Parts: sequence; C-alpha cells; structure tokens
Amino acid sequence: MEKPIIKVSNLNKSFGSNHVLRDFSLSLFEGENLVILGKSGSGKSVLIKCIIRLIDPESGEIVILDQDISLLDQDEMDLLRADVGFLFQSNALYDSMTVRQNLEFPLRRHWTKEERAEKAEAAVLQALEDVGLSHTIDMMPAELSGGMRKRIALARTLILKPKVILYDEPTTGLDPITSREINELMLSIQKKYKTAAIIISHDMNCIRMTGNRVIMLIDGKNYAEGSFDELLKNTDPKVRDFFEGL
Amino acid sequence: MALLDKINNPFFQEVGDLARFTGRFFREVVKPKQEWEEFINQCYWIGYKTFSLVGITAFIMGLVLTIQTRPTLLEFGAESFIPSMVSLALVREIAPVITALICAGKIGSGIGAELGSMRVTEQIDAMEVSGTNPFKYLVVTRVLASTVMVPILSSLAIAISIYGGYLGVNLKGDVNWSLYWYQAYDALIYGDFIPSMVKTIFFGFAIGIVGTYKGYNSQKGTEGVGRSATTAVIVASLLVFILDLVAVQIADVLGLT
Ligand SMILES: Nc1ncnc2c1ncn2[C@@H]1O[C@H](COP(=O)(O)OP(=O)(O)O)[C@@H](O)[C@H]1O
Ligand SMILES: [Mg+2]
Repeated sequence: MEKPIIKVSNLNKSFGSNHVLRDFSLSLFEGENLVILGKSGSGKSVLIKCIIRLIDPESGEIVILDQDISLLDQDEMDLLRADVGFLFQSNALYDSMTVRQNLEFPLRRHWTKEERAEKAEAAVLQALEDVGLSHTIDMMPAELSGGMRKRIALARTLILKPKVILYDEPTTGLDPITSREINELMLSIQKKYKTAAIIISHDMNCIRMTGNRVIMLIDGKNYAEGSFDELLKNTDPKVRDFFEGL
Repeated sequence: MALLDKINNPFFQEVGDLARFTGRFFREVVKPKQEWEEFINQCYWIGYKTFSLVGITAFIMGLVLTIQTRPTLLEFGAESFIPSMVSLALVREIAPVITALICAGKIGSGIGAELGSMRVTEQIDAMEVSGTNPFKYLVVTRVLASTVMVPILSSLAIAISIYGGYLGVNLKGDVNWSLYWYQAYDALIYGDFIPSMVKTIFFGFAIGIVGTYKGYNSQKGTEGVGRSATTAVIVASLLVFILDLVAVQIADVLGLT
C-alpha cells in the first residue's frame, strides 16, 4: 500500500474530565479527500487542530509528510505548515486588513522580501482567480458575504500551494446554493493542484460530493471507515443515526 | 511561580500568569527578525489616539495648578516662586502620571479589545498556522511601542503643561516668557527629569504588557472581549500608581528628591 501523507496514531486528548479523543487513528493518502463525520462537540475541530499543532495532544503520534510533528522545533513546524493549509470554520480573516493584505500575510514568513516584491502580486491574483473573486482584492472582510469570506479564506490557504488542506466544516452556516458552490470549489482545487484534504463535515451533500472516503468520529474513536455507500449500508445503530432519513 | 500555582487563589494565579507572560515577552523580544513595520504602525497609532487628549489635559493641568497655587504663595509674599514650584510638580509627578493614566485608558483598552477579538475570532490561531509568530507580531510590537511612546507623550505633556502654567501666571500677573522659563528651568535639575523619564518607561511597559496579556488570553465570546478591555484598564491604572509609589521610594533612597 502507498505511504500516507498524514498518519495519526492513537491520539488522546482531554479537557479536564472531558475525554474528547480516545486512541483515534487515521491515514490520509495522496490526492484523496477524506471526510470526518461526527456530531457537534465530538472533537472534530480538536482533531485537526492537533494535526496542525494548535493543540497539543496528551499522547499519540502525528506524522505529516514523513515528519513526526512532536519532534519538530518551532521553525521546522512553521516550515511544515506551509505545506498544510487550514481553513477555519469561522474563516478567521484578519478583519483590520484588506483582502490583498490577508492573502499576502502568509507569504511574509515563507518568502523573502525580494520574492515577495517580485511574485506576491501575481500569487494573490492567481489565488483570487482560483476562488472566482478577483474583484474583491481591495475590499475589507466586513464588506463580504458569508460565502465570499469562505472563498477568501480558502484563497489565503491556497497562496502557499499546500500539499494538504484541512477544512473545518466548510459549508456549515451557508445556504444550500452557496454550499454547493463551495463543494465544487473544493473539488476543482483537488483536481487542479492535486492536493489531499481532510474535510470535517456533517453536511451529507458535502460528504457525498467531495468525499472519497469517510471516517466516522464517534465516542472519540475512529468508529467506522469506508466509502459513503459502504457506510450507508452499515447496520451499527450509532452509524445508522447519521444516515436516518436518507 | 510554582509556589504561586500551589496557592489555589485566583489572584495569585493571575499574578503568576502575568509574570510568565512577561517572561515570555523577554524571551521573544531577543529572538531574531523584528517586526519593525508593525512596531512603527503601533507607535503611530498610539500617538494618534492619545496626543490630543494628553495635550489638552496637560495644558489644563498647568493652567489650573498655577491659578490654584497663586493665592497661597501670595499670602506668603512668595509669588515669584510660582514658576519653579509649578514646574517641579508637573515634571516630577503630574505630567507623567496623567499621561500614563490616559494611556492606560486609551491604549490599554484598545489593545485589550483588539487582541481579545482577534483571539476569539481565531485570527491569532490563523497567524500561528500561517507560520507567523503571533506573539512576536502582535504582543512584542505593542509592548515596545507603548514603552517608547508613553515617555515621549509624557515629555510633550511636560512641555505643554509648563506653557499652560505660563499662561496661568499671566492671567493675573505679568511675567514674560523668558523670565518664566528661566525660573521654571532653574528649579529643575537632571535629578528631576531623569527619574520622571525612567518611571514613564516603566508605566508604558506596564500598560503594554497588561493590555496584551488581557487580550491575548481573552476568554471565548463577546463578553470575554469586553472583559479583557475593562480589566486591562483597571489593572494598568492600578499598576501605574503602584509603580509611581515604588519610583518615589527609589528616588528617595538614591537621594534624587
Ligand atoms: N480549548 C478548549 N478547552 C476546553 N474544552 C474544549 C476546548 N476545545 C474544545 N473543547 C471541548 O472538546 C469537545 C470537542 O470540541 P470540538 O472539537 O470543537 O467539537 P466539534 O466536533 O463540534 O468540532 C467539546 O466538548 C468542547 O467543549
Ligand atoms: Mg468544530
């Protein structure tokens, strides 16, 4: 079997007495969209924040692009983060900066001053074009609609050409039409840049459209795993709960 | 600090956390790659936000102080002491403390609210994820800017308030500017300016540290942001008074008073 880009093994994380992740494991392979399905509060965000090292787990191993992230120092981790895009559920756009400044921000750490002077403009335009929002370049985040903000946040993630993108509930809170557009956008990015992705979601349309493989996060564990259709046939009551009414 | 953690008291825990935060500031400030552009932005922002308020207050302080000292000194026939007395009070105490309190209100709450809302909306996490060290970019620049700007603003406040005092003298008497200035300046020695300057550096540092600490560690929710801003002002103002008290004692021991 081919080697995974991200491998998470036996991850444990608790907050006080709240044991959120219990021996959770997953593998993400090249070019695939892996969906993590789980109900609200089950620890999905905690999981991907552990992967990008915003949260430190108590135990377990996370290997990204052959590097065990617990062994990296801050500089090495920052370099690795250029390869791993992260799309926040709240978008987390810098609200005191224009769209252009938002997109340029990640470059300041990863490109030299000369590189930025030479190529930043083109990179920003390219990323905005990828998400179809070239005309917003000089706008402030507050002037954008929810769907547009999601796209700008995605453009900010794309600017460093990551090999993997972690999406935290990309369609939650958006209307069905906008959600569909975001789903299509995620697919087109996967196709164009050959990125792999972990997509957190409980939106069945999103999962069906974008997911190549699904993991169900239940009780802090990797409870069930397979293609959407396989899971649809699963008879375990906890799995069935998610597919009621489909 | 480990001792402070053992005492299970929220106040001491807060003091411990603030001390750790300050420790982190000193570790990060010496790391390479300074964020000069953001530092300059912050200096500009602080000056822009507070200059008019500091200026007006200082002017009024100088004016009022002169008008109020006048009757007392007149009684003793010591009217000519007004310039030296007033300028001494302004330089040593009034201008630095008033400036620091205004800055605690404006800068402390501004930084607390700004970083608080960035924390709550995950913008600080987003910086971290993009490989930019948010502590260096947001905290170090703001603390340094406030440490540099409060002494500058205080010096301006001293100049403006002394001018206010000059106008105050001339409301009733008639002293020309060069005589006033001569008398005011004559009373002042470096022993007055230097402690005053040094203590405003500490005031500025305290205001920056408290504002960034409160904002950076803001609790989730809009309520948390508001709380960060208000407690930043309260704690910073209190620290200004405490530091002032300490400064007086130190100056006394060093024989500067
Ligand atoms: N920083 C934190 N401190 C304490 N508890 C947290 C923190 N972050 C998340 N949790 C808890 O962990 C659980 C999982 O949260 P989360 O991963 O955000 O859920 P979701 O699956 O909806 O994304 C929740 O019960 C939440 O209360
Ligand atoms: Mg979540």
